Amino acid sequence: MNNVLAISGIVIKELYRRKDFYVLFVLTALITLVLGSVSFFNDAKIVRYLKEICLLLIWVASLVIAISTAARQIPVERENRTIFPLLAKPVTRGQFILGKFLGCWLACGVALVVFYLFFGVVSESRGRSDPAATGLTSSAAPAGPAASAKADDHEGAAGGSEHHDDHAGTEPFSVLLNYVQALALHWLMLGVVTAIVLLGSVVFSAPSSNVTISFIGILGILLLGEHLNKVALRQQQPAQAILYTTYFLLPHLEWFDIRDRVIYDQPPIAFVDCSLAALYAIAYTGLLLFLTWFVFRRKTLTL
Amino acid sequence: MRRASPHVILALLLAVCFTLATTIQPRTRAWSERAKSGNVLKMLLGDGRRMFANHFFEQADISFHSGYYPSIFDQRAPAGKSAMASGKDEHDEHDEAAHEKAMAFLGQPRDWIEAFGRHFRITEHTHLAHGQEREILPWLRLSAELDPQRIDTYTVAAYWLREKLGKVKEAEEFLREGQRNNPNSYEILFELGRLYRESLKDNVRARHVWEFALRKWNEQESASAKPDPFQREQIAVSLARVEEEAGRLERAIELLELGKKTSPNPAGLQKQIDEIRLKSAPPSTAPNAPAY
Repeated sequence: MNNVLAISGIVIKELYRRKDFYVLFVLTALITLVLGSVSFFNDAKIVRYLKEICLLLIWVASLVIAISTAARQIPVERENRTIFPLLAKPVTRGQFILGKFLGCWLACGVALVVFYLFFGVVSESRGRSDPAATGLTSSAAPAGPAASAKADDHEGAAGGSEHHDDHAGTEPFSVLLNYVQALALHWLMLGVVTAIVLLGSVVFSAPSSNVTISFIGILGILLLGEHLNKVALRQQQPAQAILYTTYFLLPHLEWFDIRDRVIYDQPPIAFVDCSLAALYAIAYTGLLLFLTWFVFRRKTLTL
Repeated sequence: MRRASPHVILALLLAVCFTLATTIQPRTRAWSERAKSGNVLKMLLGDGRRMFANHFFEQADISFHSGYYPSIFDQRAPAGKSAMASGKDEHDEHDEAAHEKAMAFLGQPRDWIEAFGRHFRITEHTHLAHGQEREILPWLRLSAELDPQRIDTYTVAAYWLREKLGKVKEAEEFLREGQRNNPNSYEILFELGRLYRESLKDNVRARHVWEFALRKWNEQESASAKPDPFQREQIAVSLARVEEEAGRLERAIELLELGKKTSPNPAGLQKQIDEIRLKSAPPSTAPNAPAY
């Protein structure tokens, strides 16, 4: 375990020595602050567009950090030939893979904490929705805005029985819990991403091709993963079977993207669901790391 | 031959660049309209920006539904206008039921992955209320910046601004901006008239604006292959109410008759016409108004 921690420590040091994180953070902060300074119709309480853009930037930045950091770990060690003294320590190939993964994942975690702290400060500084004014007309209520306006007229500004009691979603504790859940799930997702990229780095010959293929693949899963079953059902056999099998085999990274829940002040996710998602992420990470070790254990280290 | 100092070469190159810039720059202004634009988005994206305007208008609707929105992969019943856009129009229970049906796109989960994934999604159909409607405004503003000829953006934003957020001045300014960009739009004029009548209680200005809107409708739509009768009915009926309040009953009847032609509820309008006729039993002395 000491070997694994030692290797991971080096990876973390590498992250803060490199400029990637600083550049991405400054860029995220700059774009968010510039957009935050824009006034729309003289209304200073508008905040959700800012949350939406800031979280999108955080997601893009975190993916760039995770993929670019993980993709260069093994190729650089091989290229510089530092892998030979490392494996002669003695450090097994499994420990080497695990150390590299842990370092990348922890480094991503540190970066995420900084990003989410910034996000929390920005969104809270703009003011949170007034709990009494966050009434959302539910589908049980008359649907149209005009109808909800009529309901207001009849039942007063506090909202009547037709309105949702979704106010729990804006309580300070709930908001904090939402942020923590978003951070934790995001970090777990980056664990799977790091494992995918590490596997790519022992399969593909060049880090650049690994970065490109991983980025496209991960974006594809995030954007289309949840819809693959709907697409499959509209296909003829055998395309349907192939697509549905792919749907079940792919790691469903989109589960871990709960940005909408944070942006639209939804109540936190149940602890059981979060735990199950964490187990799912851990299982996939384990599987991918095992595959990486399996490919790497008999690989020649000379280029 | 003596070698020239690098400083001299640098100064010479700078002078050449400066001279070329001052000579060519006025000519390049004529090459493209982009550079003349004061709008950053127009300068960066050119006319391609219009493609994104629809996306941001939809983003406003997503925001209005607090993230609960069908993707291109979800099947939903055709619903016409979105709830956000139809908020400014008068609508009945039938419209609401149709909207509910259109937004019930989730259905039963097809497998355990989809069922479990719903714990992390927003799965409840809600609308913003109690001043939270402000959250749709940045997207509408952006949509208008990207496509100034998109009429709906101005009318929808103005409705929410004045009706739900009490920002009448901002709504008027935005509609005026829309009118400058679309001088022939009777929809914007109609919304402006509503603003004067309903928010500023200025019936005189509302009447003028609606008269102008009706004239614009006649100019554009009467010759069109597919005229928009709904909008004419709305303008005519709204104008009739103002005329009735002003005591110009003959004119009010004339406008209601016009609205009746295309109204989905002609019986209701006929009832109003009969009521006005009863009131005007002693013949009205209202001033003559232009005929349509």
